[in-house]
Amino acid sequence: MIIKSLDPRITRAALDDESKDGAQQPMDQWLTYEVFQQKKRGTHHVHVGSLHAPDAELAILFAKEQYARRGQCVNLWVVKTADVSATEYEDEDIFATTPEKKYREPEVYKVMDRIQAFKAKQNS
Amino acid sequence: MELTERHIEGLKELLYKMADDLLIMGHRNSEWTGLGPVLEEDIAFSSMAQDKLGQSLALFELLHELGENIPDIVAFTRNDKQFHNCHLVEMPIGEYDFSLARHYLFDHADAIRFAMLENSSFEGLSMISRKFRGEIKYHTMHAEAWMKQLSQGTEESKARMQSALNAAFPLALGIFEEGNYEAELKEAGIFEGEAALKSLWLKMVISELQKHGYNLPDTNDVTPTLGGRKGFHTEHLQPLLNEMSEVFQIDPGADW
Repeated sequence: MIIKSLDPRITRAALDDESKDGAQQPMDQWLTYEVFQQKKRGTHHVHVGSLHAPDAELAILFAKEQYARRGQCVNLWVVKTADVSATEYEDEDIFATTPEKKYREPEVYKVMDRIQAFKAKQNS
Repeated sequence: MELTERHIEGLKELLYKMADDLLIMGHRNSEWTGLGPVLEEDIAFSSMAQDKLGQSLALFELLHELGENIPDIVAFTRNDKQFHNCHLVEMPIGEYDFSLARHYLFDHADAIRFAMLENSSFEGLSMISRKFRGEIKYHTMHAEAWMKQLSQGTEESKARMQSALNAAFPLALGIFEEGNYEAELKEAGIFEGEAALKSLWLKMVISELQKHGYNLPDTNDVTPTLGGRKGFHTEHLQPLLNEMSEVFQIDPGADW
């Protein structure tokens, strides 16, 4: 049966209401690419999401509309998801004590600078 | 130079056909929204359709400055005989192969037209031509990428794109149907004219398509589809206009 809809576009498309089952054929399924957006020259590219595309050329064209259609953007990178190497979640414990190491965070130094300055002022 | 009444009439004719082409093309392409072949392409194609509506609005605003009615009234209350778009843009979306071939042929003509108008003596037109340059560049990049992709896909994809191009080509030649004021527009430095545009367009699309292994029919063997610029249209335009203006007609005075 053909779907009839209040949306004329749906009716015009003459869609079948029998949902297709079965696995996707290789040609129906594209690779995924990860998208990185740079908002201003000189700043870092930031990961904004992923998309399906048959190759890098179309991935860039799709990324432009999917991730850079609002707000500022000066540059986009796309990388095949398969080309990204990542840590394993089961090794997450390698990061476990990191939050305690405050001395590694630059904010700490800024505060220390201010404390030292305050102390110096008190002593003078 | 001082513009005479004929120059102004020619300018309006130019603005109307450009605005109508973009309005109808934008509406047609938006019919793919939600039905595109894949999500990413659906988003890109819909977004470009919106761009076209925006470009047509900018042109209708220029017409308003020249004394025509406000854009909504002009866009939503005319019948098909009062529209000046070419037949290419009013044809139904068909299968995606036709929509892509049309997108390719129309958008390249549009890109060249706007590039020519960047030097127009009519400042409003040269301003928006510069403003939309990047937007239109993306549209032609997108169109060319698909022509290239499908030429390298399967035998079927290439054959379908070639027949879609053959079908769209005579319609696309209708883009360049001359108006009544070609000489006046050229004389005033407003626009170099349809003949100049057509020869630039032919040169570009023939060589680019050849690069991807397609062949356009010989222009001597093809009859351009004319009439649209003079208000003669196919049976496809009026139903489109009815659907496009449906919401507006419920309450034409509504404040949006």
